[in-house]
Amino acid sequence: MSSHPAARPDLLDEALAHGGPIVVFDKINLSFDDKVILRDVSFTLQTGHTKIFLGASGAGKSTILRLILGLLKPDSGTIFVNGERVDNMSEEQLMAVRADLGMVFQEGALFDSLSVRENVGYKLFEELQWPLDAANKRVAEVLGFIGLAEFIDRMPSELSGGQRRRVAIARAMAAKPRILLYDEPTTGLDPITSITVDEEIIKLRDLENVSSVLVTHQLRDAFYVAEHTAIRQAQQLTFKKAEQHKASEAEFIMLKDGRIAFEGNAQELRAISEADPYIEAFLS
Amino acid sequence: MKPKLLEWTKAALLEVQEYVHMIALFGRALVTRPMYPRDIVEQFEAVGIGSMTVVLLTGMFTGMVLALNSGFTLDQFGARSMIGRLVSASMVRELGPVLTGLMVAGRVGSGIAAELGSMMVTDQIAALRALGTDPIRKLVVPRILAGLLMVPLLTVLSGGVGMVGGWIVTVLQFHVAGSVYWNSVIAGLYIQDVWMGLIKPFFLGFTIVSIGCHVGLRTRGGTQGVGRATTNAVVASSVAVIAVDFLVTKLLIVLIY
Repeated sequence: MSSHPAARPDLLDEALAHGGPIVVFDKINLSFDDKVILRDVSFTLQTGHTKIFLGASGAGKSTILRLILGLLKPDSGTIFVNGERVDNMSEEQLMAVRADLGMVFQEGALFDSLSVRENVGYKLFEELQWPLDAANKRVAEVLGFIGLAEFIDRMPSELSGGQRRRVAIARAMAAKPRILLYDEPTTGLDPITSITVDEEIIKLRDLENVSSVLVTHQLRDAFYVAEHTAIRQAQQLTFKKAEQHKASEAEFIMLKDGRIAFEGNAQELRAISEADPYIEAFLS
Repeated sequence: MKPKLLEWTKAALLEVQEYVHMIALFGRALVTRPMYPRDIVEQFEAVGIGSMTVVLLTGMFTGMVLALNSGFTLDQFGARSMIGRLVSASMVRELGPVLTGLMVAGRVGSGIAAELGSMMVTDQIAALRALGTDPIRKLVVPRILAGLLMVPLLTVLSGGVGMVGGWIVTVLQFHVAGSVYWNSVIAGLYIQDVWMGLIKPFFLGFTIVSIGCHVGLRTRGGTQGVGRATTNAVVASSVAVIAVDFLVTKLLIVLIY
């Protein structure tokens, strides 16, 4: 699980090693007709770290994920993903950038007509043209990783909401991307299932060194992902409270009216909430 | 009133622009890689084999009713033997292509708009793009190719069974010998008619499926939007079938007659 399909030049690889700037937003502005979605948004996601976007509905959180993927173009500003400027790329050029990105959509967005195996292995079978044996092996491996190996031949309609989200995570991680984007992965799920999904996000970040951007308004999940870590010892996987230096690798960004209202770690967010009525209202 | 008209005009122009853009992307995807052969075969089956029953039934009954109506009129002039001529000319030149087009618009156009529309509102199209797949290559190219090639085949079948339907009515209802009917069928057809009957369906198939794809990929607004898209696709492609039929007929009359 260590090799990535999208090869990078050695120098870039070195620059984007753990802690390097893998996603950079610089003064991004975006409007739809007269409605301003994002105003002067700038942030940097470091390799192996997590950015957690909070904010009210319509604050522009999901738009940020679509900008990273190149599904939307900003009106102004620059976006770098994996060392490449993507805001001015054509759809064809973006396909190469997307090889190193995985996205978990809000409701999973699984392909209804394909089985779990075909959904999870879609990119391997259709785009990367992996040999069938290798692709099947990888599909079984990622389904095992998320604990759904026995569901491989089911259709998406036969899965529960939580299982669909986990299959969506498996599909996003199948091609071993360096960056994973999660759009409200736990919305509408019960607390127990939400924790299972949160733990998948933590596992990918801590065991696979995947950089993640998480959009949510489920505060409990946001803090759980930020403040927990996954440790594998002698084939035993455990989740425990992260130490301060590890917890500070997860940064919160709160959006308000298209602007960044707060940026900092979980501890700083809790501290500022007492002084800022908007954040206090949001966190309560 | 004026701002509403301006808004409507802007929206209509935007639709035309997006349609032309999709067609240009289709043209480009047709001559460059990657292609998805499995999807192309699947769509050939869905459009061709899937529409066969409805097209055969429509063709058969149209031929029968044509023979029935024209038979009674021609009988007044003692011209029963001319029924075949009328059936063949009508089926091959006009009714075969148009009725097949309308049936395919109802069955395939609506299905494509509903399928792609559902994929749009459930983010499956965005997921395809996120996974590195161009939706035009994966979804639009196979469907338009299927429309382009299967509608002409369906039209030939429709015309054929229409003439068989006419033969059944002519023999059973008007007691005209089968050989007289078939001789009349052949006498009523000119090579230009056959060309017209074969060329028109290419344009109709392309129009129906491309409208279905365009409307589907422009769907917004959840399940309500999917319903709206399906209705729009059927209405727009049905009107387009008649309009394109007129334009292509006019063009072919100038070119081949």
